[in-house]
Amino acid sequence: MYVAVKGGETAILNSYELLAAERRGDQDTPELTLAQIKGQMRLALARVMQEGSLYDEELAALALKQASGDATEAVFLLRAFRTTLPRLGYSLPLDTAAMRVRRRVSGTFKDVPGGQVLGPTPDYTQRLLDFTLAATGNAPKPMLAEQPLPDVLPCVLDVLGSEGLIEPERPADGDPAPKDLTREPLMFPADRATRLQNLARGDEGYLLGLAYSTQRGYAESHPFAGEIRMGEVAVTVCPEELGFEIEIGEITLTECQMINQFAGSNTAPPQFTRGYGLSFGEGERKAMAMALVDRSLRASELGEDIHAPAQQQEFVLYHTDSVEASGFVQHLKLPHYVDFQAELSLIRTLRKQFDTQQRDEA
Amino acid sequence: MNIEYNYGFLDENTKRMLRRGLLKAVAIPGYQVPFGSREMPLPYGWGTGGIQVTASIIGSDDTLKVIDQGADDTTNAVNIRRFFGRVAEVATTEKTSEATVIQTRHRIPETALKSGQIMVFQVPEPEPLRTLEASEVETRQLHAHQEYGLMHVKLYEDIARYGHIATSYDYPVMVNGRYLTSPSPIPKFDNPKLHQSPALLLFGAGREKRLYAIPPYTDVESLAFDDHPFDVQTWDSHCALCGSTESYLDEIITDDAGSRMFVCSDTDYCATHQQEAKQ
Repeated sequence: MYVAVKGGETAILNSYELLAAERRGDQDTPELTLAQIKGQMRLALARVMQEGSLYDEELAALALKQASGDATEAVFLLRAFRTTLPRLGYSLPLDTAAMRVRRRVSGTFKDVPGGQVLGPTPDYTQRLLDFTLAATGNAPKPMLAEQPLPDVLPCVLDVLGSEGLIEPERPADGDPAPKDLTREPLMFPADRATRLQNLARGDEGYLLGLAYSTQRGYAESHPFAGEIRMGEVAVTVCPEELGFEIEIGEITLTECQMINQFAGSNTAPPQFTRGYGLSFGEGERKAMAMALVDRSLRASELGEDIHAPAQQQEFVLYHTDSVEASGFVQHLKLPHYVDFQAELSLIRTLRKQFDTQQRDEA
Repeated sequence: MNIEYNYGFLDENTKRMLRRGLLKAVAIPGYQVPFGSREMPLPYGWGTGGIQVTASIIGSDDTLKVIDQGADDTTNAVNIRRFFGRVAEVATTEKTSEATVIQTRHRIPETALKSGQIMVFQVPEPEPLRTLEASEVETRQLHAHQEYGLMHVKLYEDIARYGHIATSYDYPVMVNGRYLTSPSPIPKFDNPKLHQSPALLLFGAGREKRLYAIPPYTDVESLAFDDHPFDVQTWDSHCALCGSTESYLDEIITDDAGSRMFVCSDTDYCATHQQEAKQ
């Protein structure tokens, strides 16, 4: 005799315990602390903060620990927490030109005012597995430069700007306040501020693939990395009741200004155009991918043909979000008995018709 | 780190934003209202739209029923009921007749709904034209012009190819003679229950950020042709547990040899029927 499956609640509660045990792993190994994650997994932390749209190292470390290192799951945890937070106010626009730079490179000029500064990059590490890291007790001592970097490094693109060879960066007509995508639905056509916000929250892997496609003939935009800078930027607020600016702290950012070819149009002279990327922490891959996709999404504004996926607003922006994508792809494992039953009876009907037809023809 | 969540998880301003969206949805039956969908502590696809709608309308004097596939005891239904038990301390029930709010995924209960009840549908894809036209910009224009030829052609092509319409669930409906609407992925068996329903029917699509509604006693017509009228699924067998010949049946595989039986997908209806049979 068939008995309908019961006890879903007990099974769910037991799955919590099992998950917690798997997360903890071998109890003879010391438990991971949030300080260790914050201090030694800084790039994972930055990605989770970036796609989670919340700059909070402590919570990001907690999310990573709870998610056993799964970045997408950690982003989800952080987002579900963020959504409950009240808005106390908005910061003033960040001034990345005033960044306290720790890394700054340009792919367009051999030397730039202030120089090329490699900073803590893995770019030239030769990617040999470093077996000394397998042991603990490393205490590297980086050399101090003879002279400190200047407080402010001039922006590379300003050199081209003074010659009028690159489009000026101006706010949209009337300088409208940007929309908040976490409070309002994405609608089309989306303005550039909204697009950049969407890309900033977007999954790094997805943006990387799209950006790569623009380099391989799907929306060729001849990009050059005009400037990439990483360092600390002050966050300032101006509370209405006080009327003066207060610096509330600083955050680490990576900014990418991509320079792209543009042959000009009826109204615009031949000049270079910009693609822009910005990410929390040392998120260079993300910032560069974002800059390429930002530029490809400007196709209609610049009068370019739209023929590639990376140029199509709806295609790109509807599918960037890893929390949305992960949820909808994985919801297929939920019960679909009822719809499947409906499809099953439909297929049986169609099959019966097909078999009858075959028999009649034979 | 000790943090208290607000009643119903969402903050009061968000609930008000949702209720405003729902009022608009009720005022324009079948029209998809964009709303600032929030990120919920359950994944998209698990019912975040329905959960937000329920959270915005539920109060401590409500009685909540949650079903998935018609059943109160599937894991997702259990999980959502547990969520509201935790964040809204609301009374829950498995009885359709006792519930004031029923959140559902993929079914409408067999027991007829009453005036004063609210059904909340979880919707994965609110746009009935999406599989025919991928662009949201385009489909919004088609709705604005009430231009639904695409769907009629699709149904006609089904008839030309198979002899009948080959859509078995999420079967498109015309609401109040104006908007082509997705009834959510309920089997077409449930479509007739939408027509002139005494209950308020609310639809929430969290990931797609849309709300829509079918107010009580609204005309809801399943698309069809004069010579190919709308019909619903039927079974040769009856429910193996309660004997019903009128309910939607799930097929259960009972052994390795492929033996199968059919039972009601609506667990409350089936249990009630079994009780009545015993008396």
